[in-house]
Amino acid sequence: MSKFDLSRRTLLKGSAALGAVGLTSGILPIRSALAAPLTIGIVYVGPRDDFGWNQAHAVAAEALKTIPDVTVVEEENVPETDSVSKSMESMIQLDGAGLIFATSFGYFDPFMLDMAKKYPDVEFRHAAGLWSDANPTNAGSYYGYLDQGHYIDGVAAGLSTTSNKLGFVAAKPIGTVLLNINSFLMGARKVNPDATVQVIFTGEWSLPVREAEATNALIDSGADVITCHVDSPKVVIETAEGRGVKTCGHNASQAPLAPNGFITGAEYKWITIYQQFADMLAKGEELPNFVRGGYDKDFVQNTAYGAGATPEAIAAADAAKADMKALKPIFVGPLKDNEGNVVIPAGTEHAPYDVWLEQTGFLVEGVVGSIT
Amino acid sequence: MEADSNLTIVLLAMLAGAIRVSTPFLFVSLGECLTEKSGRINLGLEGTLVFGAMTAYAISYHSGSPWLGVLVAGFAGSLFGALHGYICKLPRVNDIAIGIALMLFGTGLAFFLGKAYIQPQAPRLPSIQLGGWSDNAQVQSALQINPLFLVGIALAVFLWWAFRNTRWGLIVRMTGDSAPAALAMGYSVNWVRFTATTVGGFCAGVGGAFLSLYYPGSWSEGLSSGQGLMAVALVIFARWNPLACFGAALLFGAAGALGPALQSIGVTQGYYFFNAAPYVLTLLIMIASTSPKRSLKGAPGELSITK
Repeated sequence: MSKFDLSRRTLLKGSAALGAVGLTSGILPIRSALAAPLTIGIVYVGPRDDFGWNQAHAVAAEALKTIPDVTVVEEENVPETDSVSKSMESMIQLDGAGLIFATSFGYFDPFMLDMAKKYPDVEFRHAAGLWSDANPTNAGSYYGYLDQGHYIDGVAAGLSTTSNKLGFVAAKPIGTVLLNINSFLMGARKVNPDATVQVIFTGEWSLPVREAEATNALIDSGADVITCHVDSPKVVIETAEGRGVKTCGHNASQAPLAPNGFITGAEYKWITIYQQFADMLAKGEELPNFVRGGYDKDFVQNTAYGAGATPEAIAAADAAKADMKALKPIFVGPLKDNEGNVVIPAGTEHAPYDVWLEQTGFLVEGVVGSIT
Repeated sequence: MEADSNLTIVLLAMLAGAIRVSTPFLFVSLGECLTEKSGRINLGLEGTLVFGAMTAYAISYHSGSPWLGVLVAGFAGSLFGALHGYICKLPRVNDIAIGIALMLFGTGLAFFLGKAYIQPQAPRLPSIQLGGWSDNAQVQSALQINPLFLVGIALAVFLWWAFRNTRWGLIVRMTGDSAPAALAMGYSVNWVRFTATTVGGFCAGVGGAFLSLYYPGSWSEGLSSGQGLMAVALVIFARWNPLACFGAALLFGAAGALGPALQSIGVTQGYYFFNAAPYVLTLLIMIASTSPKRSLKGAPGELSITK
């Protein structure tokens, strides 16, 4: 129904030769007006209660709903295809949204960028570090350095393993996932130079049966601490707990799923970012185009320690948290990748906010796995 | 020595994968086998599987009894089967189109009703420990067998026997091979097909219960990822023989375990290819087992794809 209305409206708009700018600014509330009612649209790639990525956003987005005169409209299970353009367009056209949060990696290019060009009066923000100066100025990015959380997981895991073999169930070999795997290893190696990380890629963000198989395969080959980077880690954590090994979480708190083996987990603290946005909007300020940070800005956190965390692991992990807050770099040269190539020469280091981090395209030495 | 132990790990992982992953394939393909033997195709079993998974999880969560969940999932599945059977009874209705409609309806309804059950943890089905004789942890975990797996084997043998040796089996086969013959013998073709589809739906619902209550053991919207559809293809692959369905289900489970197992021993190149192993395997066997000189052996004569 709504799709039909929408396309007809779009068609009429085109044939009437009206500029999109003129028409939309006529229909839409003007965002910059102080305390004017604002509708915020949020698009999720999966269900809002997936024990992972989407849930982390949805919980934090509750902060936006508390602002007076702000209405939040949400749509879940929107695939990273043309569908997201339709969702965003219907939020703008039918609900009058003036600010859109697109929370999945694949929404950015071309869908969100196209929408930003088509609706210059609407603000668009995307949850990954993809925005650059070349993109429209009414678009932008916000995200946290989750790899710092995985680094702390690694420190705790490195002191929890007896086989020196850690397991990592990963979805796809893209930059952010590789960075998390590398940071997990760097954390483990910091406290336990013999530790290795065995990674298994499933190839999809959510594939429960294969995630369970991957977890079993890792445990069968000797891994005794398991962590993951998939959209909903529930299956991985539950399977590992069932096999009696320790676990580190990802994205949201999985502590209740593993009452015996849970150590800690890497979590975003989206609430900090959304609250900042909410405060700026309430004051009528412009949102920045690019927002990022780690422990220093309270954008990431680690889940409260579970029963699997030993006192030594807790002490070491707490020390590592202090390092992260002090912006101490995780990646310090000399460092090789797992094919023997030097990726950081001696004397070079890559601290947070270095774009090098976002461009990770390799697995560091000590990770068993391949990105192809 | 290293190579030997790695090979053992992969083979054991495939054995374990066969046992862990095959059960939903087995139940859905047995249900579909029965339906197709009666002369109808129900492509909607993917939807039934997903709906069964959601129902089982919800019932287990509320009642605290996973076995009750399995039972209710079966009945929910049989409702879907009955719906398919009833609609297809109407004149000039295409069973394949109805199947696709019910597949979308079943998954959609399950997603809608299942929202509240993604987070909670429901009691799961117990397993039987058959690996106590071995001191190898991998063998022990591979031989943790769910009772539903054993029920599935028994059901496969029973169907195989019943198709050949019982009056009911003969009626189902006759309806599937020649509706006029069944009519001439005084049997209601529609009634036989309706019953076969309903019972087939029950099996698929139970298969779904295994997914959400045992392995991987929680309800989420990506749970099935097409297993119900693959199981329908398995029936053709198994030439409508329930025992072969069991073999095909095991083979699929084992092939699915190949990708992760190879990565775990360090064979890390080309995992996308190894993850596609089950489908490559199907294609190869299909090609190897067909012949231009004869039609598909064992295909019921009344099936709309073979007619």
